[in-house]
Amino acid sequence: MTVLRTSGGSSLRYRPRALAVGTACALVALAVGVLAIGSGDYPMGPADVLRTLAGAGSPADAFIVGEVRLPRVVTALVAGAALALSGAIFQSLVRNPLGSPDVLGLTQGAATGALTAIVVAGGGALAVAAGAATGSLVTGAAIYALARRGGLHGYRLILIGIGAAAILTGVNGYLLTRANITDATRAMLWLAGSLDGRGWGDVAPLLAAMAVTVPVVLLGCGRGLRTLELGDDAAHALGVRVERLRLVLLAAAVLLSAFAATACGPVAFVALTAPQLARRLTRSPGPNLLPSLAMGAALLVAADLAGQRLAPGHQLPVGVMTGLLGGVYLGWLLATQRRRGRI
Amino acid sequence: MSLTKSHRAAGLLAALLLLLAAVALSLALGARQLTLSDAWRGLVDESAAGYTVVHQMRLPRTLLGLLAGAALGLAGGLMQALTRNPLADPGLLGVNAGAAAAVVTAIGLLGITSLSGYVWFAFAGAALVSVLVWAVGGGRGATPVRLALAGTAVNAALYAYVTAVQLLDTASLDRMRFWTVGSLAAAQPSTVAAVAPFIAAGVLLTAVLARPLNVLMLGDDSARALGARPTRTRAWAVAAVTLLCGAATAACGPIIFVGLMVPHLVRPLTGPDLRWLLPYCAVLAPLALLGADVLGRTVARPGEVPGGVVTAVLGGAFFLAVVRRARLVAA
Repeated sequence: MTVLRTSGGSSLRYRPRALAVGTACALVALAVGVLAIGSGDYPMGPADVLRTLAGAGSPADAFIVGEVRLPRVVTALVAGAALALSGAIFQSLVRNPLGSPDVLGLTQGAATGALTAIVVAGGGALAVAAGAATGSLVTGAAIYALARRGGLHGYRLILIGIGAAAILTGVNGYLLTRANITDATRAMLWLAGSLDGRGWGDVAPLLAAMAVTVPVVLLGCGRGLRTLELGDDAAHALGVRVERLRLVLLAAAVLLSAFAATACGPVAFVALTAPQLARRLTRSPGPNLLPSLAMGAALLVAADLAGQRLAPGHQLPVGVMTGLLGGVYLGWLLATQRRRGRI
Repeated sequence: MSLTKSHRAAGLLAALLLLLAAVALSLALGARQLTLSDAWRGLVDESAAGYTVVHQMRLPRTLLGLLAGAALGLAGGLMQALTRNPLADPGLLGVNAGAAAAVVTAIGLLGITSLSGYVWFAFAGAALVSVLVWAVGGGRGATPVRLALAGTAVNAALYAYVTAVQLLDTASLDRMRFWTVGSLAAAQPSTVAAVAPFIAAGVLLTAVLARPLNVLMLGDDSARALGARPTRTRAWAVAAVTLLCGAATAACGPIIFVGLMVPHLVRPLTGPDLRWLLPYCAVLAPLALLGADVLGRTVARPGEVPGGVVTAVLGGAFFLAVVRRARLVAA
């Protein structure tokens, strides 16, 4: 821990290693983003991409980068960051490495909203995005309302979320069986989580949500969240207003995951794995919010690039790639449990 | 407060009568309504108008509901005893999803379409996931919450995998999307015949295990002192759960919460004694599954809501009620 003091009497504490990890992840994310912009049926070198991004490319390059590939890469970066931040908040709040919007029902809620828009209303992309956001937010509110009796206990939140996830999975399956085959295919593609054909319009709502929540979480709640990890009583004794802080953080995490779902569908496991990876790299306790955020951006953009490149002739949706990531994560968790002699 | 022995026996008899009523309803209700006497005539009289409906559609469906319900209820009771965990359920802990993922692999990637072919995959998937969830959840140190979380995470990973397989192959999506929600609707006489031996074996194994598992609930040390062999008993119990869940899932898709709900409802009547709890589960779980199936058939006529969806929604509501009330969350 290093403390930076200014002559005005204000101070800033930071951990050099966490800062380095965060910066490195952000740089990796940007570098992979440049690679992703350069790859495709019309290949461009990294230097060309950078030149075009700076506004000095040919008109053809400028069109392809600005209208086709940049929106997709930006969506991946921002959605990855949002998911990871949401996951880091959840994992810290429920004090468990498996807490995340995937497990707590928010992703399933988004899917229910989107499926309703596709199957029942037959709506277009805008309706699907609106449905996903509504579904996720309603689920979040319902989970909170059910779990809050007698104080918002971490374990009760997990279990209520798991119950909600199971119910909504059933409902989603039912909606799928009601669809005709065209709608069902479209719904499955959305459910897998894909970044295909994303434009600026798709990422704008997410950017707006990030602009509100990220400062609130990082600047307003980061220290409180770290104190909260000491336990409710200790945090209370140290002057943290536990219930209010939890409500604000929960709302922020729900918002982030809801708007991430509008941008790229219910991409699985980024929220689960990114905070854990960041934590291993920084080797520091606490929620590791900023490194997680950068790690999530890097993970999602890299997964999208891999999905486009891995199977020649096939474009695998990014959600399939992150699903694989989730499998690897669970395997790793298994191995560490084994080493600790818990099995 | 649990009941005395004679009361328990009477309760079991009453439960059987209820189950009989559910069977009658399941034979009579559906897209084409039959009166109870028509259904009976359709069952026994070859020349009756309802014969085809009853024998081709309703009877296999009802029998499958009985078999799969009993299997899931017993598996739930076994798992709750085995893990000493009130939240254990083959659906919630991902065992059914493991079987489902293995079956989807068999159908989508290996081209195996007969139930007698992919039921073996279902067993393998169920067995693998039982061990995996137990391990991810922390093995002996597993608390109810950890185990439920591990199960849900494994569920999510398997769900992503199933989605991916379906995306790569649109034709199999069309077939599998009805199967993956869990439904009795596709039941045929051959389905029932194919899974019945496996479920029967699982039920027999469970019956033998009730007493040793009772002893195990005292804790490993006391159990050993009383002459039990904890490891062997656990291994057999996992085998029974695998048989029951694998067969039920192969026949009607992943069904959640039946195995959670029924033992919870039964326990206040029977107390923790598995020799009573398990028979009650074996009678009341089919009642729950058949009830869900009949309800699904009647609420959205002429279409129907798959039984797996009804159990997910009603069972989920029940789960939420248990979780909100119980002190088990202070783990």
